Amino acid sequence: MQSVTKKAASTGTGREAVDQKARRRRYAMRMARNHWQLYILLVLPIIYIFIFKYMPMYGIQIAFKQYNLSLGITGSEWVGLKWFRMFFSSQQLPRLLGNTISISLYQLFASFIPPIVIAIALNEMRNAFFKKTVQLISYMPHFLSVVVICGILQQVLSLNGMVNNLLAGMGLERIQFLGRPNMFKHIYVWSGIWQNVGYNAIIYIAALSGISPELHEAAKVDGATIWQRIWNVDIPGILPTAVILLIMNSANILSVGFEKVFLLQNPLNTRASDVISTYVYRIGMVNMEYSLSTAVGLFQSVVSLTMLILVNRISRKLSDTSLW
Amino acid sequence: MASARANRIKDSSSDRLFLFLDWSLLIILVVVITIPLLNVVSSSLSAPSAVGAGKVFLLPKGFNIDAYKALTKEKQILTGFGNTLIYAIAGTCLNVVMTVMCAYPLSRRELVGKKGIMFYFTFTMLFSGGMMPTYLLIKSLGLTNTRWVMILPGAMTVYNMIIARTFFMNTIPQEMNEAAEIDGASDMRLIFSIVLPLSAPILAVLTLFYAVGHWNAFFDCFLYITDPKLFNLQVVLRNFIANIKAMMDSSGITDSIAAQQDVALFQEVLKYAIIVFTSIPILVVYPFVQKYFVKGVMIGSLKG
Repeated sequence: MQSVTKKAASTGTGREAVDQKARRRRYAMRMARNHWQLYILLVLPIIYIFIFKYMPMYGIQIAFKQYNLSLGITGSEWVGLKWFRMFFSSQQLPRLLGNTISISLYQLFASFIPPIVIAIALNEMRNAFFKKTVQLISYMPHFLSVVVICGILQQVLSLNGMVNNLLAGMGLERIQFLGRPNMFKHIYVWSGIWQNVGYNAIIYIAALSGISPELHEAAKVDGATIWQRIWNVDIPGILPTAVILLIMNSANILSVGFEKVFLLQNPLNTRASDVISTYVYRIGMVNMEYSLSTAVGLFQSVVSLTMLILVNRISRKLSDTSLW
Repeated sequence: MASARANRIKDSSSDRLFLFLDWSLLIILVVVITIPLLNVVSSSLSAPSAVGAGKVFLLPKGFNIDAYKALTKEKQILTGFGNTLIYAIAGTCLNVVMTVMCAYPLSRRELVGKKGIMFYFTFTMLFSGGMMPTYLLIKSLGLTNTRWVMILPGAMTVYNMIIARTFFMNTIPQEMNEAAEIDGASDMRLIFSIVLPLSAPILAVLTLFYAVGHWNAFFDCFLYITDPKLFNLQVVLRNFIANIKAMMDSSGITDSIAAQQDVALFQEVLKYAIIVFTSIPILVVYPFVQKYFVKGVMIGSLKG
């Protein structure tokens, strides 16, 4: 209000400006009154989000407290950065960070190109029946639960499972895949690609179908080969989509999918499979160190949010593509 | 003239190479995706001795359905199946209603303060309280070890809400809202007589996304429920795979098999069978509803 009057004094047409502002406010009020039913509809979702999403954020304060069940969240004693100091000086930190970042970077880069290649291959496929069949089959694993996927992995990779039978058939030695720490990353990442490559291609197929056919026609007239058309028409056409997906995925650099790591973890591979989210689970749910666990979780969320904002800003500068 | 002709020949040969690679790539993709799945299904239908000897690859050896017969007699699996059905049906109904209630107002231009309200919702996608604070909250609300914990905390996902909002914004023309308003129809009337009848596709998309989510839900049940009577199918499956011997002993399957040697072999087949059993509903329904999932991804890729 103050800025309005100040502006009014300096411009001379102040009265009009104030009037306009007031008029706009009156209009908004009337609009809100006319559509009160829309607000009624929103009440339940707002309450739901408040209880189940914002109340836990209130609980984050135990990261700075000595949480005590009987004193509750608000009543527990304030200890400042004690838990953060403890985490950052812990001996497990290098291993946790190393595993987490290497798994997620590996995943980020290994799973970036395959869906694009599959999307282009499907887009150029002229045999409609074959194309439909490939889509039907390749989207399917995405809908299997993470428990089923890990069950399949355990069975297929077990000592007398399919993969080892094939190895033995070729005269090679049987390998206990899930017991080898150095194999964990590859199993985790490539089974993820196996499960999601088809489904992740959908979004690129949508982007490809949005490219004007005239561009392809023009390129054909100019004598471009199919390879040149893909490189000069298709790739630029799906680049914005690819950048958006990369932004969203890079934000998750510290949050490797908890469930799958947890389910594939066993005493033999913990050295390679212990990541921040499984650590948060273990010290919180198993060791009952609620405050430490919350502090580590908070560190993870803050890094994710910061990454998202940073990568988004960089991408907006470089390519005019951004999430918001 | 000659060079143009040479060019054309070169082009068509490189095009042919492309076609060849295109077919090969997609065939390899299908093969790689199918083989492990076929192997799991075939193993579940094979004789335990054939599975143990590593003789099963793509087709069952010594076809039988003993493992499935054992599963249908297994109480924990039936309980888990029933619980998952309850959670999925009740949860999905609540999900769809909540999502529409939230998405529709936010799709309307007339909603004053829309930006702020949208931020209130989308912020929860960027930042969350984390595992422990959420656990403590759920516990203090008294939801642990109740069926509610599988339904209420996930009453709506903001991502699906945004998909629904995008759909409403793109399919319900603004003129229709204005015309209805001039005719004196309230917003509620508008929803029931115009918006919902036009929204069958998005309702199908939401139902399927949520239903699959409930069917596959594992961690919430694992974390918040310790009473075996309330376990869902995924948790039962996980317990079976992690600890098949104890599960078999407790359920009496072990007693029905004479030789100790056979028990160990049968356990393996049983693991394969329960993996398949858990996925059957998804596999059966999936081919018929696949197009809705694709539609959902397409709408989601539009920027609202």
